[in-house]
Amino acid sequence: MSKTKNFAVVLSAVVLVCCGALILGQKVNAAGEGKITGTVKLDGTAPHMKGIDMGKDPFCSKAHATDPGKMETYVVGSGGGLENVVLYITEGLTGPAASQTATTEPVFDQKNCMYTPHVLALDVDQKFKVTTSDQTTHNIHPLPNPMTGNIPWNQSQPPGAAPVEKSWKAPEVIPVQCNIHPWMHGWFVVVKGPYATSDSNGAYTINNVPPGSYTVTAWHEAAGTQTQKVTVAAGGSGSANFTFKAK
Amino acid sequence: MAKIFAVVIILIAIASAVPIVMHWWPMPQDISVHGTLIDEQYADTMLEAGISFLASQFLLAFFIWKFSAPKPGERVKNFPGGAAGLVAAAFLLVGTEVLALGVFGTKAWASVYLTPPAANAMPVQVQAGQFAFYFRYPGPDGKFGPLHADQISEANANFFGLDTTHDQDSKDDIVAAELAIPVNREIHLLMHSKDVGHSFYVPELRIQQDFVPGLDVTVHFTATKIGKYEIVCTQLCGLGHYNMKAYLEVKSQEDYDAWIKQQAALQ
Amino acid sequence: MHDMSAHAVPHGAPTSFIRKHVFSLDHKVIGKQYYALALLAALIGMALSWIMRIHLGWGSFAIPGLHLLSSTGAPGNVLTPEYYLQLMTMHGTIMVFFVLTTAPFAAFGNFFLPIQTGAEDMPFPHFNMMSFWVTFVGFWVLIASFFVADGPTLGGWTQYAPLSAIGSVGGPGQGLGVVLWATSIAIFCVGQLFGSLNFITTTLDMRCKGMSLMRLPLTAWGWFITSVMGLTAFAVLMPACILLILDHVAGTSFFVASNLVINDQVLPHSGGSTLLWQHLFWFFGHPEVYIAIVPGMGIVSHVLITNMRKPMLSHRVLIYSMAALAVLSYMVYGHHMFVSGMNPISSLVFSFPTLVITIPSTIVVLMWLGSLYGSKLRINSASLFALGFVSMFISGGVSGFFLAQPSIDIMLHATYFVVGHFHLVMGVAAMFGIFAGTYFWFPKMTGRMMNETLGKAHFILSFIGAYCIFMPFHYLGIAGNVRRYQAFTDDYLIPLIPVHKFITVAALVTGFAQLIFVYNLIHSRFKGAIASDNPWQGTSLEWSTATPPPHNNFGDKMPVVYHDPYQYSVEGASADFIMQTSPEKINSPNEEK
Ligand code: HEM
Ligand SMILES: [Cu+2]
Ligand SMILES: [Cu+2]
Repeated sequence: MSKTKNFAVVLSAVVLVCCGALILGQKVNAAGEGKITGTVKLDGTAPHMKGIDMGKDPFCSKAHATDPGKMETYVVGSGGGLENVVLYITEGLTGPAASQTATTEPVFDQKNCMYTPHVLALDVDQKFKVTTSDQTTHNIHPLPNPMTGNIPWNQSQPPGAAPVEKSWKAPEVIPVQCNIHPWMHGWFVVVKGPYATSDSNGAYTINNVPPGSYTVTAWHEAAGTQTQKVTVAAGGSGSANFTFKAK
Repeated sequence: MAKIFAVVIILIAIASAVPIVMHWWPMPQDISVHGTLIDEQYADTMLEAGISFLASQFLLAFFIWKFSAPKPGERVKNFPGGAAGLVAAAFLLVGTEVLALGVFGTKAWASVYLTPPAANAMPVQVQAGQFAFYFRYPGPDGKFGPLHADQISEANANFFGLDTTHDQDSKDDIVAAELAIPVNREIHLLMHSKDVGHSFYVPELRIQQDFVPGLDVTVHFTATKIGKYEIVCTQLCGLGHYNMKAYLEVKSQEDYDAWIKQQAALQ
Repeated sequence: MHDMSAHAVPHGAPTSFIRKHVFSLDHKVIGKQYYALALLAALIGMALSWIMRIHLGWGSFAIPGLHLLSSTGAPGNVLTPEYYLQLMTMHGTIMVFFVLTTAPFAAFGNFFLPIQTGAEDMPFPHFNMMSFWVTFVGFWVLIASFFVADGPTLGGWTQYAPLSAIGSVGGPGQGLGVVLWATSIAIFCVGQLFGSLNFITTTLDMRCKGMSLMRLPLTAWGWFITSVMGLTAFAVLMPACILLILDHVAGTSFFVASNLVINDQVLPHSGGSTLLWQHLFWFFGHPEVYIAIVPGMGIVSHVLITNMRKPMLSHRVLIYSMAALAVLSYMVYGHHMFVSGMNPISSLVFSFPTLVITIPSTIVVLMWLGSLYGSKLRINSASLFALGFVSMFISGGVSGFFLAQPSIDIMLHATYFVVGHFHLVMGVAAMFGIFAGTYFWFPKMTGRMMNETLGKAHFILSFIGAYCIFMPFHYLGIAGNVRRYQAFTDDYLIPLIPVHKFITVAALVTGFAQLIFVYNLIHSRFKGAIASDNPWQGTSLEWSTATPPPHNNFGDKMPVVYHDPYQYSVEGASADFIMQTSPEKINSPNEEK
């Protein structure tokens, strides 16, 4: 085969794929996509988490009458699994997978004067809802760095109020807090591309990863970040396990 | 119309006085040592203000009733004694009334603000911030460690910005979200704001004092009645202002000792 | 005494529409423009108070259409806590600055001060025109803050630092909202400074032949004293607002102390003073409440005298008392700061002039009451509102006894007691002064009479309504009900909620009664009976000229004054009133020279 022919075939293939991708969007990709799985562990004994004195608000202290609230900086499950670690791809993403926005609409709930989940991972421009299940007013106050293009806001949500729907413009780790209940502290971790959050056993699965080799980053609010290289075959799955040390 | 108006004034004046006389919405009970002076001052003022209020409204109503329907050909009259008499009356009556109130009131004020706290008063530090109060007890060493603004971290429950690794005095400090105090013991409250203006108001304690960011002020008081009372913020401090509160728990000495031990364990 | 040269008219009668009605140099048109602005502001302020009251009575009640004002501030048409505070701040600011300062002072003062002094206009008509248009711009800058990203500021009309100075980390509206607020107020101050200058020079330099200072009516004295206060008070507030703006935009820290922490971040400010703002603000703020009320005192005295058919017991005592109030008002400002953390001895020092200021206030009230004795009182809408003013001023005044004492202020500071106090003595009383002035002067201003039946209905509903709203505020305060709360969740406040519901109902009813007034105003403007030149048989100069007055106020013959302003029921005179311009020789005991 001559070089030109070769080139023409490649070119038409690329054009075809691109057109298909444009027309069918996600679906075309999903066919050949794999995933990245693994677990995140914390080395050694879990640090002591301080209890929270919710005495200022009778609703909150009543909600925690039997199970006193405590800090959620380190939430460690059986076998040392570390919860609330966000895993996402920092290198190697190309094409539509890099620019596509997740379409699910995750919920950040204020329940018993704590945030559920404590860490909410989000894609850039992905819509999410802030809801309240409490009979006391909260205010939701995310504190992005305005230089990133994310706009800070601060809004109260009285009992029974409608959900607040928002999204973020740029990748950033954004602390969120309630000023009425200063112990309420959580995170919006905004990333570009596919992501996952570790569960109570430390396990995670990043779905919708096209074949390729990647750098996966694991972020924890206190323990810091770690990276690993992973390769995903078409329709297959790559694996990356992380072990953090408590700081 | 004039007569209706006069009657309306009388009715309003009386209706205004009823809830006060009947104590429908009284001042919260007083649980402080200095409060009696304030309450007496308040009662005296209420008496004088009440009499002035009723007398002037009645007079107004009476004059409106009487002078709004002059007979034809009637001449205008002047108030007996004229302006000079009234000015003298204002100076004498109001002047002495006001002076008396002012002088006696100084005593009540002085008992709160111009007397220093007793040497054995128990120090407690209160920190106000959007939108919660936190209280710090010095622990067994009786000393408060220094505050480091840059180490304040609500995320890590370090509300005061204590450095317990380096500051010896901070190690045994006890931080709580409510103010528990022993009954009949003088408290010396050191007031610190971490962000904007707030105020410390416990109506039962007859204490209200603003926090001044950048300037630590103190108040002192003695609570005489065991119970649970509300501490509310009275200085507009932002969206959660109405929700900024904490509880004051006046406990017996034994209960207090048990409580502080329990708090120490939680640190 | 000034001679006729002072009346060199700086401008001829305008011909174009714009010059006549928009950028007019005529003090009468400017006065009406101020009145219209105040009316608009009052309606907005009242609507805001309804929203607040409904929220305080029935917190989850959805007010249809409210989300149109702000979808984040009122999601589902229910106010959020921050939006309550934002509306409250706008209510207070609009009412104090754009209603109570503009209507009794700038509106009526502009229209009537030159006429009552016998001048053809103010000495600086261009400044006068600018005074209005600058104020107008200030108003829209404030309103604009409703429409910026996170809405108007929530800091209260007192805008205490550092909350007001740290920017949007402080809460919604604390960034751009505060900057717009401070800009609006600074602009407003400029307008009032222009106005005050004109008022002072008019009073001192523009009087016609025979018009000695003591022959000026009490209204003119009220405006004169107010403008002297305005000159000093606004001259302090304006730079204070500019410093506040600099703290936002220029990285300065006039009002922010070092090492303040919000959301775990140390603020970049340092070295400022929290109390500095309070001192600057209240140095303006206390005179401001007298700026709001002294013109009302003048108007009420003027209206009462005309309707009692006899002068005040003493013209001079009333003038001296108003002047004493003005002077003392600068020495008492610290009574707003008893528990602010100011030195407790300073509190005592501020307490004494505060107690002393009750003496001139009492004298003023006694002058009104004493003059009422033996009068031939005419009851009409104007005199009713004037008498209502007296009643409100008494009620609001006696609560001042409590707040003047630092020891009692410990209990009552920042409670609804204060809100009740200032609403009666400053809010309602000043509003009643505006109403009295309106019913009294409407014929002169427009050439038509207002409807008396509607006026009386408006009065009786407003009088009863205002007491139903604001008296219970005092009871709430005594029980410890904190102000500036959008809901009452504390255990000891919950039993007070029925009182709040009662107040809300009263506020709605009273509010609707104001619509009677608005209807009367508009209807009478076009359909009212034609007014004569002197419908109330008054004596001062506004009644000796045509209705409505011609462009240069007195046509081609300048007035000459022979008497003091209130020669009523003079024994042996030809009529029961003798106009200031009447050359008739009389033998009156209280004739001023
Ligand atoms: C229609 C009748 C009115 C009603 C029902 C009303 C009601 C209220 C209410 C409920 C508040 C909030 C109190 C708080 O939470 O602290 C308030 C504040 C205030 N009102 Fe009014 N008001 C009325 C008329 C006026 C008038 C005529 C004035 C003019 C002086 C005025 C001036 C103020 C000011 C200065 C504040 C304080 C705002 C602040 O705290 O920053 N109001 N009013
Ligand atoms: Cu909360
Ligand atoms: Cu506060």
